[in-house]
Amino acid sequence: MTGWSQALSAHPAMPEETQTLTGNRGLQLEELLIFEQNSPGHCGVDLPEPPAHKSRLGGLERRVPIGLPGLSEPQVVRHFTRLSQKNYAIDSGIYPLGSCTMKHNPRLNEKMARLPGIADLHPLQPLSTIQGALELIDTLTHWLKTLTGMPAVALSPAAGAHGELCGMMTIRAALEAHGDPRQRILVPESAHGTNPATAAICGYAIDPIPNNPRGRVDLTALKAKLGADVAALMLTNPNTCGLFEDEILEIAAAVHEAGGFFYCDGANFNAIVGRVRPADLGIDALHLNLHKTFSTPHGGGGPGSGPVALAAELAPFAPLPWITHGSKGLEIVERANGSAAQTIGRLKGFHGQMGMFVRALSYMMSHGADGLRQVAEDAVLNANYLRVRLGQATGGALSQSYPGSCMHEVLFDDRFLKDTGVTTLDFAKALIDEGFHPMTMYFPLVVHGALLIEPTETESKASLDQFADTVNGLATRAKAGDIAGFQAAPNLTPRRRLDETAAARKPVLRWRPEMSQQKAAE
Amino acid sequence: MPTLRFTKDHEWVRLDGDTAVIGITDYAQQQLGDIVYVELPEPGSRVEAGKEAAVVESAKAASEVYSPVSGEVVAVNEVIAGDPAKVNADPMGDGWFLSVKLDDPKAFDALMDEPEYQKFVAEQG
Amino acid sequence: MRYLPLTPADRTEMLVAIGAGSIDDLFADVPPTARRAGLVDLPLAQGEIEVERALSRMAAKNVAAGSVPFFIGGGAYRHHVPAAVDHLIQRGEFLTSYTPYQPEISQGTLQALFEFQTQVALLTGMEVANASMYDGATACAEAVAMAHRITRRAKAVLSGGLHPHYREVCQTYAQFSGLEVQTLDPTPGRIENITIDSDTACVVVQNPDFFGELRDWSALAARCRQQGALLVVAVTEIVSLGAVNPPGEMGADIVAAEGQGIGNALNFGGPYVGLFAAREQHVRQMPGRLAGQTIDADGRRGWVLTLSTREQHIRREKATSNICTNSGLCALAFAIHLALLGETGLRQLARLNHATACNLADRLTAVPGAQLVNDNFFNEFCLRLPIPAAAAVAALAEKGVLGGVAASRFYPERDDLTNLLLVAATETVTKEDIDDYAAALGEVLR
Repeated sequence: MTGWSQALSAHPAMPEETQTLTGNRGLQLEELLIFEQNSPGHCGVDLPEPPAHKSRLGGLERRVPIGLPGLSEPQVVRHFTRLSQKNYAIDSGIYPLGSCTMKHNPRLNEKMARLPGIADLHPLQPLSTIQGALELIDTLTHWLKTLTGMPAVALSPAAGAHGELCGMMTIRAALEAHGDPRQRILVPESAHGTNPATAAICGYAIDPIPNNPRGRVDLTALKAKLGADVAALMLTNPNTCGLFEDEILEIAAAVHEAGGFFYCDGANFNAIVGRVRPADLGIDALHLNLHKTFSTPHGGGGPGSGPVALAAELAPFAPLPWITHGSKGLEIVERANGSAAQTIGRLKGFHGQMGMFVRALSYMMSHGADGLRQVAEDAVLNANYLRVRLGQATGGALSQSYPGSCMHEVLFDDRFLKDTGVTTLDFAKALIDEGFHPMTMYFPLVVHGALLIEPTETESKASLDQFADTVNGLATRAKAGDIAGFQAAPNLTPRRRLDETAAARKPVLRWRPEMSQQKAAE
Repeated sequence: MPTLRFTKDHEWVRLDGDTAVIGITDYAQQQLGDIVYVELPEPGSRVEAGKEAAVVESAKAASEVYSPVSGEVVAVNEVIAGDPAKVNADPMGDGWFLSVKLDDPKAFDALMDEPEYQKFVAEQG
Repeated sequence: MRYLPLTPADRTEMLVAIGAGSIDDLFADVPPTARRAGLVDLPLAQGEIEVERALSRMAAKNVAAGSVPFFIGGGAYRHHVPAAVDHLIQRGEFLTSYTPYQPEISQGTLQALFEFQTQVALLTGMEVANASMYDGATACAEAVAMAHRITRRAKAVLSGGLHPHYREVCQTYAQFSGLEVQTLDPTPGRIENITIDSDTACVVVQNPDFFGELRDWSALAARCRQQGALLVVAVTEIVSLGAVNPPGEMGADIVAAEGQGIGNALNFGGPYVGLFAAREQHVRQMPGRLAGQTIDADGRRGWVLTLSTREQHIRREKATSNICTNSGLCALAFAIHLALLGETGLRQLARLNHATACNLADRLTAVPGAQLVNDNFFNEFCLRLPIPAAAAVAALAEKGVLGGVAASRFYPERDDLTNLLLVAATETVTKEDIDDYAAALGEVLR
C-alpha cells in the first residue's frame, strides 16, 4: 500500500469520549483516493491475452506510462460504496432544492433503460434494425407535443441549458430568415443564470427586466423595453419565485406585437403538467427538463435531457436529426437539405439522450394523463402546505417573500433572521445536521438571502410535517441567540464546512504523486 | 490638496504627477469577501474611463473593476495576482491594481473626493 | 398511483390547513382561457406490468448489437462494461443525488469527480481536466469557443479527419457567435494541407481520425505554437489512449474526447460523457464544473466545486459556457470502469482491441475486391469496396452481420467516398464473428 493514511488521525471535532483511533465514526468511513491505494500491476478485470498480431500503430505507440493505479474488484467496489455513503440523495430523504425538482426516481425506468434492445443499440445501425427505437422516440414526441400543445418537439438537446441554446438559436435563425436578427434579449432579474449565458452565445445583448412587488415580471417595465431590436423575451413560468406569471397573456401579446419571440424556460413545467398547455399561453419555444418534470435521475449532476417544444413558425429551424414516417417505416432526417434546408444544424453527436427518453417515457406511461395531472396538483399542494406550515402569517417562523399562494415551490427570504447574527447559509448548514438536505439558498437574486423550497409531489404529509417542524424549530433557536451553534454547523457530517476560498485561490484540480508523499512526510 | 478620488463603483484613484494609481475601496473588498483571484490588464494597453480594466473574484462572486480614468497602463500590481488576499488586507495600499498615464489630468478632478464618497457609501446602507 | 404518497384524506386535510376550498383555488393565477378542465388526450396510468410489456415490445423490434456479429464504430464503441460498474452507479446515493452544491453531504460525488478529473488528465497527457461535458462533439465545440476566448482570434480550422458530427456541432455553436469555422475536406489515406495564419484561433484534428488513421500531430502542434494558435485534439475512441501516444505528448493545448467507450453502453447515441482537458494556464477559460481539493473547518482534506465564477450561475452572460447539468453519472461509470482496469488492464484492453482489429483487417482484405485504405489504425479502419458501401451495409444486415458504417451516410455529396466502409472491432468481437463477417462479405461482393 502506497500513499498516506490520513485515517489514523483523531477526529478533531469529536468530544474526547467518542474519539476513535481511525477517524472513522461507525458507518462514516474515511476513504483514501484510488491513487493512494495503488498495488502496481494489480487489475480488477480479467481479459484474454491478445491474439498474435503485428502492430499497425504506425510508430505511435504510447511511450509513457499512463499513471493509473492497480486495484482488484473488491477494492474498487468497497471504495465507491464508501464514497456513496458520503452523499445525501432523494432515496435517503426530502431534497427540497427549489428550482431543481428532486423527486423520487422510479426504478422501473432504470430497468427499462437497460433492456438490451435499447441499451445495446448503436446509433449508426441500419434503419431496419432500429425501428423499435425510433418508435419509442416518436411516442415520446407525441406525449410531449400533447402535453405542451405545441406542434413540434426537438429532442436532441442534452440538458436544459442545451435546450435553451436550441430554442434561442431557432429564434435567431427564424429572425435572420426574415432579414432582421435584432440585438436584444429581455431576461427577468429572477432568471436562471443559464438564460443570459445562452443568449450571449447566440450573439445577443441581455437587457434585464425588474420584477414587480408581487414577484412577477413588471409588465410596464417590459413594455417600455420592447422595441424593434428585441429578438425575444426569455421567461421562466412558473417563475423562480414559485409564482405563476398571471399577466402572461398580456406579456405574450406585447412581445409578439413588437415582432419578438416568446421563449419560456420550462424548468418548472412540473407545476402545471396536465393542467396547462404552454401553447395556450402564447409561448413560441419552451424547453423541458426530462430530469426534472419527468424524473430521470440527476445522477450527481447529469446526464439530463432538454427537448424543446416549438411553435409552427420555428419548427423548420429545429436542429438535426429528426424522425419522419417514410415508405419503409420510420426514418431519420440527418442532412441539412430538402425539408431540413433551414435547420440550425446539429447540436450534439448522434440522436439525443436515448437513455433519458426511455426513462421519461416509462415515467409518463406509468402516470398517464390522469397521474401527470395529479403530479402537478400534489406538487402545488405540498408546496402550499409547507408555505402555511412555515410562513409567519400562518403561525410558522419564516418570512415569505411574496404573500399569497404559490405553485410548486415557495420563496422565503432572510428577514426572519434579522438581528439574530445567523445567515441563510448558517441556517441551511444547521438543517444538514438535522438530517435534511437544505433548500436552494441565495437564488433567485431578487430577494435578500433567499430560501427557495420545493418539496415535490413525492413527499408524504408526514415527511413535510417533520421538515416543517425542524425548520420552525431551528428558526426559534436562531432567535434565541444560538449564533455560535449555527456558525459551527454542520458538525455531524463526514466533513465540516469546507474552505472554498482556499480551494479557489490555489486550485488543486487533480491528484499528483507528490501530494501524497508530502502528506505522508508531515 | 487631496490627491485621492473615488467612483460610485467603489474604485479609488490616487494622483502622482500625470500618473494615476487605481484600486478598489475598503467597502468594495468587504462586500466581495475573501478575494481569490485578480485579473489585470497588460502594461502598455489602454483603459477607458468607465470601462472594464480588471476583474476581481471571491469564491462565490465576480466583479469588474472599472477604470475611473482614461489612459495607458504603466504598471500592474503583480503581487496581488500572486497573493489576492493582499487586496483584502490593504486595499488602499499594497492592494493597488494598476497605474495609468492619464490622457487628461482634469478628468481626475471630476470624481468624488473622500467626504463625498463616505457620504455615498453611507447612503448605500 | 404508486409514486404519489398523498392519500385523498391527506389532500383534504392539507387543503383545509391551507384555507383553500379546492385544488383549483391554488391554480387561480392561471388565466381562465388556459385552464384545462379535463384530462389531456393520452392513455391513463398503467402498472409496472403494462409499462414493462409495452416498452419491451418496442425494444424487441430492434436488433441488439450483442445478438449479432457487430463491427460498427464511427464515434461510439461497443466495449464490455464490468458488472460492478452498473451495480455501483445504481446505488441511490449516486443515482438520485443532485449536483454537489452542499459539499459537506456530497463528498462522495466530489471525491469521485476529483478522481475522474485526474484519470482524464493522465489518460490524455494533459495537466487538468473538468468534471465532464455532454459528449465528445459538444466538448469539441466548447474547445473551439475556449480557443477563441484565449487567443481573441476569429478563425477555427477543422481537419477533414474530424468526426463529421463534431464538425457540424462546431458549426452550429459558432454560427451566431462571430467565429469563422473553416472546414477542410476529408482526404482518407492522404495527409491534408493545413494552413495557419495570424487569424487562426485553433486547429482541430482527431486521433485516430474519423477514418481510423493514426497521426502524429507533434509537427502541427509546433506550427500552431509558432503562429500563436492552439491545437485542439479530439479523441472519439478513448480506449485508444491505452496503446497510442496521447495528445498531451504531441503538444495539444486542449483535448476534447468522447468517454463513452469506458464504462458506458451504446445507448443508441446517448447519454455519453464528454471529456475536456487543457493546460493549467488556461484553466480559468475552461467551460464546465471543476472539483477541487481543500480542507474543512477541522483541517481535514475534502473536496468542493471550485472556480465557479467562470460558470453561468455566477457570471451569467459573461460565463465561459452556458452548461449547467453535465454527465455526472456517466463520468462516474467511466471512473469506476477505469479504476477496475487500472494501468495494466487498460493497456491490455487496448492491445486486445488492436489485435482483434488487425486480424479482422487481414481477413477482410483477403476477400476479393476489399482493399484497406489505412496505413495504420487502432481498432477501426476503412475499406474501399468495389460497390457502394451503403448497399454492402444493407446486404450484410440481411445476412445478420452489422458490418460497419458507410462514409456516404455522412458525406452523401462526395462521390469519391461512396465505396468507403468504416469497420471497427473491439474486445467483444470473437473469432467466430470474424469468420461470419468474412464469409458474408465474400458473398456480398461476389
